[in-house]
Amino acid sequence: MNKLHKLLVVILSSIALLISAASTAFAKVEGDTIILGAAVSLTGKYAGSGKHTQKGYDLGAKIINDKGGVKVGGKKYKIAIKYYDDESDGAKAAALAQRLIEQDGIQYLLGPYGSGITIAMAPVSEKYGVPMVEANGASRALFTKGYKYLFAVLNSADQYLNSAVDLMAAKKKNATVAMAFEQDSFSLDVKLGVMERIKAHKMKVVIDDALPKELNDMTSTLQKVKALKPDLLIVSGHDKGAMTGIKQITDLKVDVPMIAMTHCDSAAINKNLGGGGDYTLCAAQWHKSLSYKDKFFGSGMDYAKTFETEYQYDPPYQAAESSAALLVYKAAFEKANSFDKDKVRDAIAKTDMKTFYGPIKFSETGQNLAKPMVLFQVINGENKVVAPEKWAEAKLIYPTPKWADRK
Amino acid sequence: MILIQAPFLNLQAILDGVMIGAIFALVAYGMALAWGVMNIINIAQGEFVILGGYITFAVYKLGFSPFLGAPLSFAFLFVLGFLLYKLIVNRVVDKDMFISILATFGISIMIRQIMNLIFGSQVETALTGLGTVFLFDHNITIALVKLSSFAIAIAGAIGVIYFMKVSKLGRAIRATAQNARAARILGVNTEKVYAYTYAINAALCGLAGSLVVMTYTIHPYMGLPYTVRSFMIVIVAGLGNIPGVLASGLGLGAMEELASYAFGTEYRIGLVFLLLVFILVYRSKKLAKRREYLK
Amino acid sequence: MMSDRKELIGFLIIFVFGILAPIVAPSHRIQFSELFIFMVFALTWNIQGGKMGYNTFGNIIFFGLGMYLCASTQISYAFNLSEWTAAGGINTFVHTIPEYFISLPLGLLVAAIVPTLVALVLGSFMLILRGHYFAIGTLGLGIAAGEFATTMDIWGGGMGMTVPIWPKVDGQDLELFLGVGVDFFFYLTFVLFLITFFTLRWLYSTRFGLILTAIRDNEDKAEAMGIPTMRYKVTGWLFSAFFMGLAGALFGNINGYIEPNEVAFNGATFGVYMVLMTILGGKGTLWGPIIGAILFQLFKEFFWTYFLGWQLVALGFLIVIIVVFFPEGLMGWLRGKKPEWFGEVVDKKARLAQVTINTND
Repeated sequence: MNKLHKLLVVILSSIALLISAASTAFAKVEGDTIILGAAVSLTGKYAGSGKHTQKGYDLGAKIINDKGGVKVGGKKYKIAIKYYDDESDGAKAAALAQRLIEQDGIQYLLGPYGSGITIAMAPVSEKYGVPMVEANGASRALFTKGYKYLFAVLNSADQYLNSAVDLMAAKKKNATVAMAFEQDSFSLDVKLGVMERIKAHKMKVVIDDALPKELNDMTSTLQKVKALKPDLLIVSGHDKGAMTGIKQITDLKVDVPMIAMTHCDSAAINKNLGGGGDYTLCAAQWHKSLSYKDKFFGSGMDYAKTFETEYQYDPPYQAAESSAALLVYKAAFEKANSFDKDKVRDAIAKTDMKTFYGPIKFSETGQNLAKPMVLFQVINGENKVVAPEKWAEAKLIYPTPKWADRK
Repeated sequence: MILIQAPFLNLQAILDGVMIGAIFALVAYGMALAWGVMNIINIAQGEFVILGGYITFAVYKLGFSPFLGAPLSFAFLFVLGFLLYKLIVNRVVDKDMFISILATFGISIMIRQIMNLIFGSQVETALTGLGTVFLFDHNITIALVKLSSFAIAIAGAIGVIYFMKVSKLGRAIRATAQNARAARILGVNTEKVYAYTYAINAALCGLAGSLVVMTYTIHPYMGLPYTVRSFMIVIVAGLGNIPGVLASGLGLGAMEELASYAFGTEYRIGLVFLLLVFILVYRSKKLAKRREYLK
Repeated sequence: MMSDRKELIGFLIIFVFGILAPIVAPSHRIQFSELFIFMVFALTWNIQGGKMGYNTFGNIIFFGLGMYLCASTQISYAFNLSEWTAAGGINTFVHTIPEYFISLPLGLLVAAIVPTLVALVLGSFMLILRGHYFAIGTLGLGIAAGEFATTMDIWGGGMGMTVPIWPKVDGQDLELFLGVGVDFFFYLTFVLFLITFFTLRWLYSTRFGLILTAIRDNEDKAEAMGIPTMRYKVTGWLFSAFFMGLAGALFGNINGYIEPNEVAFNGATFGVYMVLMTILGGKGTLWGPIIGAILFQLFKEFFWTYFLGWQLVALGFLIVIIVVFFPEGLMGWLRGKKPEWFGEVVDKKARLAQVTINTND
């Protein structure tokens, strides 16, 4: 009889737990608060950028609430965000998306950090017809599946370093290229974009290395670079790749005329590496010196100042694009003048706005085609935009001075 | 092919590999101690390393040279290891080894997230301001920070070996490793020995971590590779074979570097593990011929 | 069939739960599917870890293989696999209904058979290793498997691959059972659990089960008695591989996306979970892994919801507590407390015979 007893206890307690979990369910709107849901990486290997994302979302919500909130049906509403930690794990993120939608009753999602995780979550929001405005998943694969409920404010990954390759082509014909990419969705997508430009300019790839995922050592790649002397070195491996790359380039005194990377500012290479980051070209979705502005955050510089006051560090673009996602939602709610998720979705699809982050206008596939990627160069510890020409605030320094010639 | 094109690369690979291997060897030495003396495979090894790195990083952030952080990391982790032993590990030390694996696994995930909460989740590194040395007409490049790490790691290892040979505690530890019951009968306080052994293991990891943050980068979730490599080294060298452990650590480092030149970096980790499996199976097969097996 | 009334009742509860869960609590469907998959994890790990005393960290290999193979079969049936995975899945293909429902069973078949064959090959040399060396060796294999999967471009390499989408009819998801594809796969995981459970229940009641425990207790003596232990060890692994392959196939379809290190060959989470669940419930018993899986899922859900930011600390703490204070798991602890109720009867006939003799006197 006691086995039955024990099992009954287990089953009953599980039901109890389920009920308790359900009773904390959030409806889409509670009182005067609209609740958005998000799974971000608060732990695990993407935790650094996941935190930038979360802070960007929080700041976006805060500023919107401070400036009068969202007006729907003549009434003012505040925005709140319910977070879960996906632990940098795609499978978990998908389960959390399910949980947000089914158990917590969330009707509007904000995207996670990272292409791989967004790719895992998108099928879920699509299946339930819940709009997701994401700000940190750049892989092209997200936009070719015919998703109707996914909207990305950022440029796709394949565009990140194309302008660096183009710049190289403009400086030297038939240049040689060395690359090191981490083996994840985002970095490989950057690689695809880069390879297309390399082929178009008839450049030659002399080194094509995969960055080891765990151990943070690029020595073998860099020694090969020293031996083969390519004209352009491209590194894409999230924050860790950027930091390891610069540190080891400094330690080994590797001379390459042009170095281009992703994730420079989330790794803060301009500040943390004692000048080693200088002359590196960095792909950025946004930079505070660009002259975009809007009436919530002001200009890019205003945003940076607000962010810094709130969180005591300079906002990388991951944070800026996350804040921009909130602006999209606010505009959509007001345009739809409703909380119905499909009406909101349609309103998002019609977004055409200018923000401090840049212009946002979604294509049929949910991509933001209105905003260009920028390239900045670290000059004397400062990030200065050098491409596209229209927005450049400094001239590209090429070639990178040799280590022997630097002070 | 590239190894043939640029022959100096071979020497460079070996040098780089040995320098990184020294750090692995240090961690492996600690692992061998804990395993040999207490029969504990410390899964939290990598987390101790990263924690040591963060201590040194904190010192660096306060404006001091990270080299000052090295002894601090050593000491801090020593105390932490001692405390962890007294609180948790002593309860599993006489049980099935698998239990101790799980217990230290539990400790490792706790430390990971606590580090994440305290130190944040960005990748961090500490700058030493050391330069670079060129040899053979610029064909060989050596980052001085790696050289100094190598030197400190070797010095640390030698220091602990010397301590083991000379001091009373060291001899007690070695006696307990050979035969715990006999040592107890002869009056050795094995509880104390175990606590100090675990503490020394933690301290070695802390020192290694200090070197890691100077030479590379750290992140709360980057501990696992150190754990895994350290017990691979111990397996390959064989428990109780301390010079073997150190040599294997250096060898593993060199082998990894050469492999990534020859086969490309994406196969590096996979090949290393296959090699481990191969060595294990090969040794077992040899013993099986004599109707014995790896203990 | 069910000789033990207690077992029958326990089983009925789970059976009813399995049938009704998606109707009663549809929002938790994915968690329930995960629960049944975890039960299969624990049950199969128990064959090696619990019954045989061989702690394995390599069972995840079969899980990941099954996952990739099933998806690959499903895709290759109708399309070109390398086109599907090209450029990170940039092209879209949709299965028609007949294509989907023919390729799925094929995929499951492949996912069950190939890992089993792989286990046969691997087992022939891995199972020579003993004790911790076996554990570490299988750990190495598990990690290597994940790393090599990352280099396989036809499987999408590091970017992974998506799984065929549940077919649509006129743009709407095909409705089967009471909902969408999620329900369908939930019931498949439930069926997988049932098959695994009954197979193992039968297996343990035969001589095979006794030999496994003999190997655990003293392998040398067993060998000395003339038992060809290698054969039994490998066969045990074949069973694990078979069910793990199927579990992987189903999990891949539920998840919608396969990533080599994070989803398929994730030793750091799934590989460890299977061990923890079995120990939590009580390794070496039949019901222990099941109870362990249920408890573990409950704890996990609880921690992830209420301890956000600290959840891993709580989990680590839980692991330490279990391992230090309940190394025999829940079942073992209960057995210690009340052996008459939970103890295992080794030789039922002899015991009954004893009772009969006594009453006849």
